[in-house]
Amino acid sequence: MTTLLRADGLSRTYKLPRTGVRSEKSVRHALVDMNLVINEGDKIGIVGESGSGKTTLARLLLGLDVPTTGSVSFLGDKLPLPDMRQFRRQIQVVFQDPRSSLNPRMSVEDIIIEPLECLGVEESHSARIEEVLSAVGLSHEMRSRYPHELSGGQRQRVAIARALAPRPRLLIADEPVSALDVLVRDEILALISDLTANLGLTLILISHDLSLIARLCDDVVVMQDGVAVERGKTTEVFRAPSHAFTKMLIASVPRLPTGQ
Amino acid sequence: MTLLQVRNLTIRFGHRVVVDDVSFELEAGQRLGIIGESGSGKTLTSLAVIGLLPDTAAATGSILLDGQELMGKSDREFSSIRGNRIGMVFQEPLTALNPLMRVGKQIAQPLRIHRGMRMTAAIARAAELCARVGLPDPERVVRSYPHQLSGGQRQRIGLAIALACSPSLLIADEPTTALDVTVQQDVLKLINDLVRSEGSSLIFVSHDLPVVSSMAERVAVMRSGQVVELAAVNELFGAARHEYARMLVDAARRSDDDFIRVSERGRK
Repeated sequence: MTTLLRADGLSRTYKLPRTGVRSEKSVRHALVDMNLVINEGDKIGIVGESGSGKTTLARLLLGLDVPTTGSVSFLGDKLPLPDMRQFRRQIQVVFQDPRSSLNPRMSVEDIIIEPLECLGVEESHSARIEEVLSAVGLSHEMRSRYPHELSGGQRQRVAIARALAPRPRLLIADEPVSALDVLVRDEILALISDLTANLGLTLILISHDLSLIARLCDDVVVMQDGVAVERGKTTEVFRAPSHAFTKMLIASVPRLPTGQ
Repeated sequence: MTLLQVRNLTIRFGHRVVVDDVSFELEAGQRLGIIGESGSGKTLTSLAVIGLLPDTAAATGSILLDGQELMGKSDREFSSIRGNRIGMVFQEPLTALNPLMRVGKQIAQPLRIHRGMRMTAAIARAAELCARVGLPDPERVVRSYPHQLSGGQRQRIGLAIALACSPSLLIADEPTTALDVTVQQDVLKLINDLVRSEGSSLIFVSHDLPVVSSMAERVAVMRSGQVVELAAVNELFGAARHEYARMLVDAARRSDDDFIRVSERGRK
């Protein structure tokens, strides 16, 4: 099995502004000594509360941020690579809020073309747009629309289409549905699930929602204050959590009444 | 005894109808959930009850609190009700609290206005309320500013302010949406305990069906300004009549099933 991405002893600290004239500058350890191996075809969930370092990890894996210590390697080569374009073609991301991740002044077509052009993808751009639009369930007419003319769910579909356009092998989804309404959330989850299955995509899903991880991921990493406190097969971790924090997370999932 | 009676409430912005002929009743001590997507009118409905609709909104219909008409009351008249007989907790405690005022003073405000308490007495009472909402070291908390507290602590302050004058009705609008899941559970439990022990009624507004069903006895499902279903929680989960309500229940059920399947945790 090919190892796509690998994080070794990954740490990231941020300097905080000093709180008084004489006080020392303090640092925040956003991520501490993270090791992660992502093999082709893996579906890994990263779960934790706000401030636990989930998004910092995603940024480092994407090469959008530089680790304080440790390294990320892509197919055995350490980041940054001399030519990052191959890397960026193969690793794409979907962010939480499509309102802020889509450029409001670009049409859907331009939004999807942009990565194809930037990353020097050779194939016909127009044909590829059609392909990815139909893959995410958007009609041909959407090409000329602007983000403000779309609903929240449609916008997130465009963001997914853009991520798929350069034919990535790994998709990182950072809270992809938490800005969406409940029913729309369901559709987008089904879409992500279908796409990863049909295209054989490797998936890293970042979320605070355990039921979402349960639905889509085979493996899970539980994070607390920048540290991976527990990891393993999703079924095993959720059935028999060993760390106190994981137990607390699982106990906090709101339950439904049975109804007669 | 009927505490709140909303009849044919309609809210317009210009020609756009955002709340359309909504009616519901709330008995004293009863807990009602309002659920819907963003833009379904659930927040505007609750704002109408507490008289905080924006000036650009035009509302018609009738809202009776203990038989007294609230609709059309002036802001001045409303101010004797708001924070006194009706308390409200908002979604984002950081924006709902005044960042420049110590939280003790903010909790003291309704006590001074509605109960005519003196500052020192009101601050002392504020510390008691802090303890009541489960904040450790209340003497220190009342002297701190909102930015010095965590999200969950801030929401507890919001709750202390809303409950300071023992209102007969508490409105909570997405009170835990901005909080982490582990904190959410604590705050929900706190709201539940406080409402029960005070004997207040509750209107709990949220987009999250599992949360609403754990907090309320009856649920109003709203969609594009209308109440499409109003039923007891058990009825809703057993046999929702309206298609949209059924879709919501199914979606919640699916994610619940996913979780059960993986965690194999028996239903309570």
